[in-house]
Amino acid sequence: MIKHAKMMLLATCLITLTCSALAQDAPSVDEIIKKANHAAYYQGSDGRAKVKMSIKDKQGNVREREFFILRRNADDKDEEQQFYVYFNSPADVREMVFMVWKHVGKDDDRWLYLPALDAVRQIAATDKRTSFVGSTFFYEDVSGRSIEEDVHELVETTDNFYVIKNTPKNPGSVEFDSYKVYIHKTTFIPVKVEYEKGGNIYRVGEAQKVDTIDGFPTVTKNVMKDLNSGSETTIEYLKVDYNVGIPENIYTERFMRRAPRQYLN
Amino acid sequence: MRPGYAFWVSFLIVLMIVSVVAQAEEPALPAGLEPVGKSSSEPALPVGLEPSLPAGLDSVGERTQEPALPSGLEPALPEGLGAAPFNEENDSASALRKESPLQFHGFWDVRAGSRITSDPAQAKDATLGEMRLQLKTDKDWDRVFIEFTGDALFDAIEERARIDLRQLRLTWTPVESLDIRIGRQVLTWGTGDMLFINDLFPKDWRSYFSGRDVEYLKAPSNAARIGWFNEIMNVEVVYTPRFNPDRYITGKRFSYFSPMHGKTVGRKQQVHTIEPDDWFDNDEIAVRLYRNLGSAQLALYGYSGYWKSPGGMQLFPSRAIFPKLRVYGASIRGALGKGIANLEFGYYDSYQDRSGSSPFINNSEIRFLAGYEREIGHEFTAGIQYYLEYMQQYKAYKKTLPFFMKARDRDRHLITLRLTKQLLQQNLILSLFAYASPSDSDSYLRPNVSYKINDNWTVDFGGNIFMGRQRHTFFGQFEDNTNVYAGARVAF
Repeated sequence: MIKHAKMMLLATCLITLTCSALAQDAPSVDEIIKKANHAAYYQGSDGRAKVKMSIKDKQGNVREREFFILRRNADDKDEEQQFYVYFNSPADVREMVFMVWKHVGKDDDRWLYLPALDAVRQIAATDKRTSFVGSTFFYEDVSGRSIEEDVHELVETTDNFYVIKNTPKNPGSVEFDSYKVYIHKTTFIPVKVEYEKGGNIYRVGEAQKVDTIDGFPTVTKNVMKDLNSGSETTIEYLKVDYNVGIPENIYTERFMRRAPRQYLN
Repeated sequence: MRPGYAFWVSFLIVLMIVSVVAQAEEPALPAGLEPVGKSSSEPALPVGLEPSLPAGLDSVGERTQEPALPSGLEPALPEGLGAAPFNEENDSASALRKESPLQFHGFWDVRAGSRITSDPAQAKDATLGEMRLQLKTDKDWDRVFIEFTGDALFDAIEERARIDLRQLRLTWTPVESLDIRIGRQVLTWGTGDMLFINDLFPKDWRSYFSGRDVEYLKAPSNAARIGWFNEIMNVEVVYTPRFNPDRYITGKRFSYFSPMHGKTVGRKQQVHTIEPDDWFDNDEIAVRLYRNLGSAQLALYGYSGYWKSPGGMQLFPSRAIFPKLRVYGASIRGALGKGIANLEFGYYDSYQDRSGSSPFINNSEIRFLAGYEREIGHEFTAGIQYYLEYMQQYKAYKKTLPFFMKARDRDRHLITLRLTKQLLQQNLILSLFAYASPSDSDSYLRPNVSYKINDNWTVDFGGNIFMGRQRHTFFGQFEDNTNVYAGARVAF
């Protein structure tokens, strides 16, 4: 009996130890979300990427866009950012520039430069959940959804992932009921995201390739599927650099009119 | 004892397995809701995050056992990626591209348009019939950049071919804060949407009225644009050594109201002008000072030159003239509520006749506009503008106006509305731009439908619909020019 009791004690200890060890390893939900947000959108002080986008519709027709993104973090808090998007193709939007000053807690500022007219327009569209250049990615997928917009809940921890369920604080501002993100445990890269409405998953994004660039694990191939329309878009990052030293004044009207070529090749 | 020992060992093992399984499923997922196929709902690890490593054996731990990488081989790569750095392949590809000579882009565009009713002042109903090839190329050196855009055009209405050089511009940045852009170029500034107060760069109204792409509303200037950019106030100066007028309505293709004839006239009574055309003597200078206040932009403008479309008449011989003009103005544009608001005004100093005593020179005017644009539905935006032209010396104008000419109102009020709806993944665009003047009782509607068949091909059709109660008002005079058009473009 004593031996049995010892065994029981040992077993209990083992279990308790395992439990507490696991509990200590798991970061808080806030920490996971912050790190994932950082890994997905804020790595380095700035970043430059050459992007190829393929938009495939239900019939299998493919449209392609190629553009450069120059991203700059405007603060150390993983909040304010600036984006400069310069289009190479398709031909009808070549040399067009789309500029965003991303804000947290208020609407982003967006501008468009139309080279044939030499016109700089401030864009009125504020809805971040509309298609980015006709793709299945939304503006918000490209520039990041503020972590303040949702309530986050850790629903599962697997060998590789923290699974977080995100419910919008303001359901009227979005088209989904909730979305689930699978965040890779060691790199905090969001590997998969599933948007759900009325119990159905209708929109799925997936990171298909990760490369470590300048020391930062970086998603270099990303797919977004719209299960309702049957369309899907693949983003491939053909070239990525971090800490390029992009000056703040690149994000001004001057450089929309006169593209900063040194950063766009 | 033996059976007992085995029992406890297996009990422990079972207990531990159960506890581990229980922990794996722990956070909030009730057993049974999560099917056995749980692992299948879990995403596969993307390339680069593979292979999944057990805790404690993660890649960081492994790498510490490796020798430090010599500089030049950094950054460290995760397993499975081999030695090829990520950007290498693409670097060589872009290097190849750099070595290649000039690259040409552009489009080939065919379009046709016709009046919907015949115009007694015009022999032809056709308002547009052309085939256009645009070629663009550029070349850059360290601080110098040259761009070329040229259109070769066959015009079936004029039955002739011509070249329209859109751009041949050199951009030079001698120091970091200075951009000098010299040559033929399209220039635009100001806040109005299809209304221009302080933008006195040449417009092509013939293209605008006929259904060419909206980019052709802007005619190129032969000018030098110098920009000095700084934190306090950006300064841009555009010097045009020889006056570049608008491509205005002459009667050749589109009829207009002639106050001298007292009726709408066309091809047989075209506008004959005297254009100020001496180099450096008949020059234009335009200045803009601007800065940002947050994301809003405040700008001040100045211009010295000429009325861009005929702004007066000489009687013997009868010619339309371009009186001298100075314009001073200001604008602000920025986010307001959920949209973008803009205000702009300009004082048009027609200083050859400040008193307004000459009926043959345009009066001085104050021009003002206020606009607001916002999203009103999914991929659906609306913009509205109010615009005013206020004549300075109305009394003098009325007094000196020849008896046979109809007087305009002192104020010309204009409202514009823009509606844009995008459909089919932004490949189908339905748009309407409408001008309506309550004071002139006339309007101009520009509906357009454009569809991108694929990345190269776009087709569009639309109309230019002019309506007016009277023949002599700004849009009313063009009533017989009401037309519909269709076009197809392949871009490369």
